[in-house]
Amino acid sequence: MADNKVWKPKILGMVCNWCSYAGADLAGGGRIQYPPDVRIIRVMCTGRFDSLFVLKAFADGADGVLISGCHFGDCHYLEGNFKAAKRMFMVKRLMKSIGLDDRRFRMTFVSASEGAKWAAVITDVVRTINELGPSPITEFRK
Amino acid sequence: MMVEKKKTTTKKTETKKQEAKKVAPVKQEVKKQAAAPAPAAQNAVAAPGATTQKDARIGVFICHCGTNIAGSMDIQAVQDYAKTIPHVAYVDNYKYMCSMPGQTLIQKAVKENNLTGVVVAACTPRLHEPTFRTATKDAGLNPFRFEMANIRDQNSWVHMHDREGSTEKAKDAVRIAVAKAALLQDLFPKSVPVEPAAMVVGAGVAGMQASLDLAAAGIKTYLIESDMSIGGRMSQLDKTFPTLDCSQCILTPKMVDVGRSEKIELMTWSEVENVEGYIGNFEVTIKKKARGVMTPKEAAAKGIVGGGCNGCGDCDAVCPVIKPNVFEVGMKPRKAIYINHPQVVPLIYTIDFNACVKCGLCVTACGPEKRAIDLNMQDEFIKVKVGTVILATGYDIFPIENKQEWGYKRYENVITSLEFERLICASGPTGGHLVRPSDGQTPMRVAFVLCAGSRDNTGIGKPYCSRFCCMYSLKHAHQIVEKIPGCVPYIFYMDIRSFGKMYEEFYYRIQNEGAKFIRGRVANILEDPKTKNLHVYADDTLLDRPVDMEVDLVVLAAAIEPKADTNRTRKLFGVSCSQDGWLLEAHPKLNPCGTTTAGVFLAGVCQGPKDIPDTVAQAEGAASAASIPIHMGEVELEPYFAQCIEEKCAGCGMCVNLCPYSALSLVEKNGRTVMQVTEAKCKGCGTCGGFCPGGAIWMQHFATPQIVAQIDAFLLGGEE
Repeated sequence: MADNKVWKPKILGMVCNWCSYAGADLAGGGRIQYPPDVRIIRVMCTGRFDSLFVLKAFADGADGVLISGCHFGDCHYLEGNFKAAKRMFMVKRLMKSIGLDDRRFRMTFVSASEGAKWAAVITDVVRTINELGPSPITEFRK
Repeated sequence: MMVEKKKTTTKKTETKKQEAKKVAPVKQEVKKQAAAPAPAAQNAVAAPGATTQKDARIGVFICHCGTNIAGSMDIQAVQDYAKTIPHVAYVDNYKYMCSMPGQTLIQKAVKENNLTGVVVAACTPRLHEPTFRTATKDAGLNPFRFEMANIRDQNSWVHMHDREGSTEKAKDAVRIAVAKAALLQDLFPKSVPVEPAAMVVGAGVAGMQASLDLAAAGIKTYLIESDMSIGGRMSQLDKTFPTLDCSQCILTPKMVDVGRSEKIELMTWSEVENVEGYIGNFEVTIKKKARGVMTPKEAAAKGIVGGGCNGCGDCDAVCPVIKPNVFEVGMKPRKAIYINHPQVVPLIYTIDFNACVKCGLCVTACGPEKRAIDLNMQDEFIKVKVGTVILATGYDIFPIENKQEWGYKRYENVITSLEFERLICASGPTGGHLVRPSDGQTPMRVAFVLCAGSRDNTGIGKPYCSRFCCMYSLKHAHQIVEKIPGCVPYIFYMDIRSFGKMYEEFYYRIQNEGAKFIRGRVANILEDPKTKNLHVYADDTLLDRPVDMEVDLVVLAAAIEPKADTNRTRKLFGVSCSQDGWLLEAHPKLNPCGTTTAGVFLAGVCQGPKDIPDTVAQAEGAASAASIPIHMGEVELEPYFAQCIEEKCAGCGMCVNLCPYSALSLVEKNGRTVMQVTEAKCKGCGTCGGFCPGGAIWMQHFATPQIVAQIDAFLLGGEE
């Protein structure tokens, strides 16, 4: 990749089918604009997210990772988001221990009716990652 | 318990730390997994070697969606790029991929190019995944060999002015989708039988109509009502707009039909306690609250021949405890043993055990023959199995005293519309004579305050329009003009929303009958302490001058809000709610009765404010939708089940504890302990697969190699 190009953050978003993905679709229907830097992978529930996926993404050179699901108590599968949240804390601790800023990884809760919130979340995530700059792992990989 | 939990966390962290150190081997493991055949025989990779990653041939189809997508990105650039993605054997674009020619395009391309998978870059899978799965199936492939790239709802629509950004995002989305499509397997939906029974929660006009329709379609229906009688809000109303039908007159026959129908099992004074299962096989536990009074049927079951409550009311006459009747909005007394009103269905008395002093006078009055009263009755829990469920839980009145400037509950002569309904109703506390609560005099000047708590963005009220207040306030205006000669109604409004059939005509009629309309929101209401008359302060926005009007009675058209226990109900059934708390439909336009939980449907105001015609229409729609799976006899479940890769499973049992549906268990196989999935119970959330430390769980359609391939495609694919 040419280094002289303006750096654009690479952010992975893993979202659940029932709440956040639907919320993101709703933001689309409402034409609520937000920055285009997040790429979405759809899973049925945030409970599906393996800590490994997040670490793999960072190892591959992601500058940020976002997991987004239903609000607590609203999970389509009862409690998948609780389990995801537990993993999130573990991964964040792990990130700190290897010197990776844990603000690069975030878990949010956006319901199917919160299109505006989804846009706000993405805008905020992109701003945070822009402030943090490229992931140190990208440098390391070179 | 706590100690054990801590231990687990530490263990987990260690494992992951080790894995994190050796990032490279992850890839190896992934490949190994991909090569491993899926464990269950019937769901294994179609033919040996048919689709390993090497020989996948993927077709990419890019949709313009008119200018919805094409207007915001460079379709040609995406198409040119798609050709360079590994495994892509064919790329095409079309104006509307979901149209018949678009689908034919897919079928033709699959056949001519020997494709093994299809990627459509278009809108959202939540809209058109079924469409394109069918197209893929019609092309001769397994329908699950399809993957969608969302380049409209989550791209062109939200990056409308960033052509470069959206084009790049679309390229990545296609690449990610192709990576998954190359690893997709043939899957076969599982058919499960549907229990030929339905359940309706809430017996207002929506629930009753839905139950009657289901019963007419020959379906056994359980109708659950938390109150002591069916009828709901509509039974509290006097007349209905714009036809001025008497509400009870048109409702009571329906109530009687519900009570009489052999197909409807009516359970009043009951609540849903717990729900398990899935479409076709919901196991619902119903709490039958202790009523203190036996029905003839229950009495017969206890061997009391000819016993049980016949609604004579002898108990009511002797009961010494007096309480406000909630049905009459507290304006009429009732006893501790009571019925809401004379036309209740079923006509069975109920004891309010919070008020009852257990003096036993009612038992004596009931007599030795009927022996209907049992003061020691306990709550009963009944389990029923149903195929589909309709929620029709209705609404509550917004506590309008929160808008303090209007003085409800501070000034006696400020009442709500529901109180007005009861006061003007012939069967109400005053026998239909509208009186001022302060002195019992007939009011001659009545102010109606519309949008009381609705369309209110102050944070105290509700931001939405409650939809029927304009119309019933017009009706109220008509009723007082009709009943009290010389009485003038003053209607303070923002807009009159008379949108229904014959509604606008009704509005003109009320104007001609002498109602005064003042366009302006009421700022404040103050009471004259001597006369108890009220001063209504508003700004007449048409004449552009302040108004101070002295009236005898103020009626607040209070907003409505979701029923207090809606949250509990919706969590039991796994239904979402919209921001304002109403239950969320599956699609606002194309699926207004469905929910995101298959087999659960919505009817009436629980989904959002509606008037009676709309409520009944939606109830009939929901009944029709709920009867489809039952008449089909079986439903297909999406085959996103977990599978155990037995050679990797260490039998630790962590997943068994994680599964919220108890779908996993440990079994002995060939001398080893391994996990086993009960497919019918598995809903495919993947929580087990997200945790398994050995990578021994294969989540069909969302398998680890597939997701890792997506991550790799996004982050590495562009560079390598």
